[in-house]
Amino acid sequence: MTDIPNSFNLDGEPIPFEPGQTILQAALNSGHFIPHLCAHPEFKPHGSCKLCIVVVNDRTGASCTMKALPGLEVQSDTPDLNHRRRTLLQMLFVEGNHFCPGCEKSGNCQLQALAYDLEMFNDHFTHFFQPREVDASHPDFFLDRNRCIMCELCVRASRDLDGKTVFGLAGRGRDLHLVVNSASGKLGDSAFAKTDRAARVCPVGAILPKEVGFAKPIGERKYDETPISQLAFTCDWEG
Amino acid sequence: MTETSETTDSILAPIIAHYGGDPGNLLQILRDAQEALDWLSPETQGAVARRLDIPVTRVAAVVRFYTHLYDTPRGKYRVLFSHNITDRMAGSPALMAHMLKRLKLKRGVVSDDGLVSVGKTSCTGMCDQGPALLVNNRAITRLTPRRIDEICDLIRARAPLANWPAHYFRVEDNIERADMLLGSAYAPGEALRAAIACGPTGMMAEMRKSNLRGRGGAGFTTAVKWEACRDAKGDERYIVCNADEGEPGTFKDRVLMQSFSERVFEGMAIAGYVTGARKGFVYLRGEYSYLRAPLEAKLSEMRRNRLLGMSICGVPGFDFDIVIHMGAGAYVCGEETALIESLEGKPGLPRIRPPFPVICGYNNQPTVVNNVETLCKVTEVAIHGGLAYAGTGTRQSAGTKIISVSGDVERPGLYEYPFGVRVSQVLDDAGAYDAVAVQISGAAGQCLTPQEFGRRIAFEDVPTSGSFMVFGNTRDLFEAALNYSHFFEHESCGFCTPCRVGTALVARIMEKIHSGHGARYEFNELTRLHQLISTSSHCGLGATATNALQDIMTKFPTVFDRRLIKRDFEPGFDLDAALARAREVSNRDDANAHLAEGVDA
Amino acid sequence: MNVRPPMKKLKVATTSLSGCFGCHMSLLDIDERLLELAKLVEFDRSPITDIKTCGPCDIALIEGAVCNSENVHVLRELRRNCKMLVAVGACAITGGLPAQRNQRDVGEILQRCYVDMPGAQGRVPDDPELPLLLDKVYPINEIVRVDYFIPGCPPSGDALWKYLTDLIGGRMPRLDYQSFRFD
Ligand SMILES: Cc1cc2nc3c(=O)[nH]c(=O)nc-3n(C[C@H](O)[C@H](O)[C@H](O)COP(=O)(O)O)c2cc1C
Ligand code: SF4
Ligand code: SF4
Ligand code: SF4
Ligand code: FES
Repeated sequence: MTDIPNSFNLDGEPIPFEPGQTILQAALNSGHFIPHLCAHPEFKPHGSCKLCIVVVNDRTGASCTMKALPGLEVQSDTPDLNHRRRTLLQMLFVEGNHFCPGCEKSGNCQLQALAYDLEMFNDHFTHFFQPREVDASHPDFFLDRNRCIMCELCVRASRDLDGKTVFGLAGRGRDLHLVVNSASGKLGDSAFAKTDRAARVCPVGAILPKEVGFAKPIGERKYDETPISQLAFTCDWEG
Repeated sequence: MTETSETTDSILAPIIAHYGGDPGNLLQILRDAQEALDWLSPETQGAVARRLDIPVTRVAAVVRFYTHLYDTPRGKYRVLFSHNITDRMAGSPALMAHMLKRLKLKRGVVSDDGLVSVGKTSCTGMCDQGPALLVNNRAITRLTPRRIDEICDLIRARAPLANWPAHYFRVEDNIERADMLLGSAYAPGEALRAAIACGPTGMMAEMRKSNLRGRGGAGFTTAVKWEACRDAKGDERYIVCNADEGEPGTFKDRVLMQSFSERVFEGMAIAGYVTGARKGFVYLRGEYSYLRAPLEAKLSEMRRNRLLGMSICGVPGFDFDIVIHMGAGAYVCGEETALIESLEGKPGLPRIRPPFPVICGYNNQPTVVNNVETLCKVTEVAIHGGLAYAGTGTRQSAGTKIISVSGDVERPGLYEYPFGVRVSQVLDDAGAYDAVAVQISGAAGQCLTPQEFGRRIAFEDVPTSGSFMVFGNTRDLFEAALNYSHFFEHESCGFCTPCRVGTALVARIMEKIHSGHGARYEFNELTRLHQLISTSSHCGLGATATNALQDIMTKFPTVFDRRLIKRDFEPGFDLDAALARAREVSNRDDANAHLAEGVDA
Repeated sequence: MNVRPPMKKLKVATTSLSGCFGCHMSLLDIDERLLELAKLVEFDRSPITDIKTCGPCDIALIEGAVCNSENVHVLRELRRNCKMLVAVGACAITGGLPAQRNQRDVGEILQRCYVDMPGAQGRVPDDPELPLLLDKVYPINEIVRVDYFIPGCPPSGDALWKYLTDLIGGRMPRLDYQSFRFD
């Protein structure tokens, strides 16, 4: 047992890991990027966005939920997987209403940054153009569901770190949407506070502070100059 | 906080008390609350949340997940036509149109007087006696225009369902070919006593020898599952009978629950005996609500006969009892981890696997999930012994298999054969004289061509969870493929990107082709989406959602060729129709106010 | 970057459907390289030349989304006459700003703007010369086949230059990371 080294191969390179770590965690810890959206080191894996898919022994799986095991042969940075990831991004773009030029998160958005890094030139599919609700009832923050990608990071943050359970997802299939735990369903009537962890966890521009939009000029934003695949190891993981 | 009217509160209080105020019973509570209140208003949801001391978002998540829970007012009479392809082939679209016309209604819209609404629902499991509909969760089969007229009259007369003619609600077994299971007599307690005679370890050994494999689809060896559960660490263990039977075209579990339930329950008790579980659940799909009362009666009877409850058959320490949980319209809840979430009163979102339920299932305890038919087979293993059981069927597929046959056949119903039977044999027996295709295992399965009818039903050749939907030579398989695409779009739980968005995109492309706007481009897009969805989805639903479509595309090329009539890409909608609203408000109808379809002349 | 002139000058058409001409301005923003571009290509129908109908072309650059019946006509004409159709900018690619109206019913919008608003003219214009609005604003690839996409709102001059010279030079067009932008 003990003489098997805790290491697997990622695109041919050996990756060491601690027992219990997922493939994604181990890869990121050793400076190897695998695209991801719903995974976050502070929270339990969720496995919904599927951006982190890898191929292990001919089977595709989400690397954020797969445990690292000694000797695995993992493929990640392949044309086929990157093509699939690009298609997944395009799905997220046509499902929501992402008007980047008008979005305060632009330049600091992980969805957009992955689209840049994976060279997603267009949204490709037919847009759903589904109306989604915007909630500006809270004095400090607003919710723009048009940009929500259902990653449940805010749900996990509010429940597991803030102890408030402000957010939840409800609905099935395409009806899935963010709901707020208050009698009116409005953020302003909920226990949400600007100091919550949930206020700073959204990877896209769906939960944003009021009155600080476009704080940094174009060119100085997080992903303007450097791809997310290089920043993932230094950045603070916060929006 | 919203106030709750006293009436709502007085209705909710006893329901919640009945379920021990346990949020784990949220789905059951909401089902009963809706039964009493017709729909689940925000006020009701708030009151339930407060009484259970859970966030209202959790209540909303459950209400919005299950199709048969309503957060908008519904008619006193809620009519839902089964939308499965076999019901459609039997004429259900025309019948629904007829009813809508008679009641002067639009589909899905409640009548002004709040009396009635008419809509569609996924396969109701009545494919051998369709077309079928559900009225307030009760199935009515064998619909004809005349029966629709009668139903309309009853609704308009506001007749309580209890006063409707009883034969409307009769559901036939239609057993056309019986073998080991359907053809054997039941002696109460025989199987249980045989298992007890072997002892838990001995019975497990018999299970191993029998090589019984699960009938729910994946064909997992039952003994391996049970052993894993028995050996897993846990405070409690659970046996779950999967009676969700959501796979379109499948209705064998309905018959087993209706006429063979004692065997299912004995099978569960034996599983409990062998694994050390003391509690079992039957997860019964909402569409089969009519079975609940007779099943409860059967459970009571078995308790009286000491076949369930404490010290079963007088064996001290052999305690096992069964609770029935109802589903509420969600195909994904047949997936075992989604089913467990649903049992815990949550939306049926499939969990991350591993850990598998045998290690970490219901309430994070070791849990066996078995199909209804699998559990029936357990009683055969107990009675005849593992070796005898393994004597029927093929090497890798022991025993007999029940197949639900529907569609273009003379004698739809259940057919039980030893594994290894050829597809053609089943078709001959059922009277499928002009079959051009057979959809095996429902919308998630494969579509066979006549060249493949010589293949055998077995895990080593054509595996099946147990259904044949037969298409005769007048049928257009495109209609079937379109129907499946709508099914999966509707049933995707929405958790993961490829399935949530992908099934919706597939449905759109299929609609585009259906409406005559398709080109080769759309065909290629479907192929590409299939490759992504089937490999990258989170659970079996997404993994299989495009299988039948892909089969029809590749094995029946003319089905699509005939529909791909455009030489070049064009919009998926009629451009001229897209101007209609603007024409209307600007009061125009001049030549410039129109656009021709396709490329300009 | 040095680009060898192709044997024959490529013919380029450009148009702005429902857009703000920002993408066209960006094209002018390639500054002195415009002269170099002029050595490689010849402009047909384009706001730059003021030619209003399009003959056979090699490349069409399309700015803007498809918002009304006239946009449909122009887009189809360009698709018919051009070998390569290039969607330029957020509006052409995603619907962009014009598509922000898609959350509402177009009839309601016309009614609000022309009838209900204080100071409105009281009736929705019905002049047959006016193009009618589509129910929704569409990205151009939902109306016709599109071969290439240059993202940005607008794409920078550098992005356009790089992409077009790749295209003209017969290379697979790529953008540098810094010019790959959705805003
Ligand atoms: C989307 C989906 C739906 C399913 N539906 C059912 C079902 O209705 N009944 C069933 O027994 N198994 C169903 N299954 C299979 C179950 O997950 C599980 O494998 C089965 O209940 C195990 O029982 P068995 O070992 O006796 O076959 C479904 C699986 C998936 C992925
Ligand atoms: S959330 Fe990101 S991708 Fe969406 S509009 Fe904003 S910047 Fe663009
Ligand atoms: S609001 Fe943001 S963090 Fe929350 S689910 Fe949506 S995308 Fe994720
Ligand atoms: S594959 Fe479909 S049903 Fe399964 S988890 Fe994903 S969205 Fe849900
Ligand atoms: S990061 Fe793994 S599925 Fe989202």
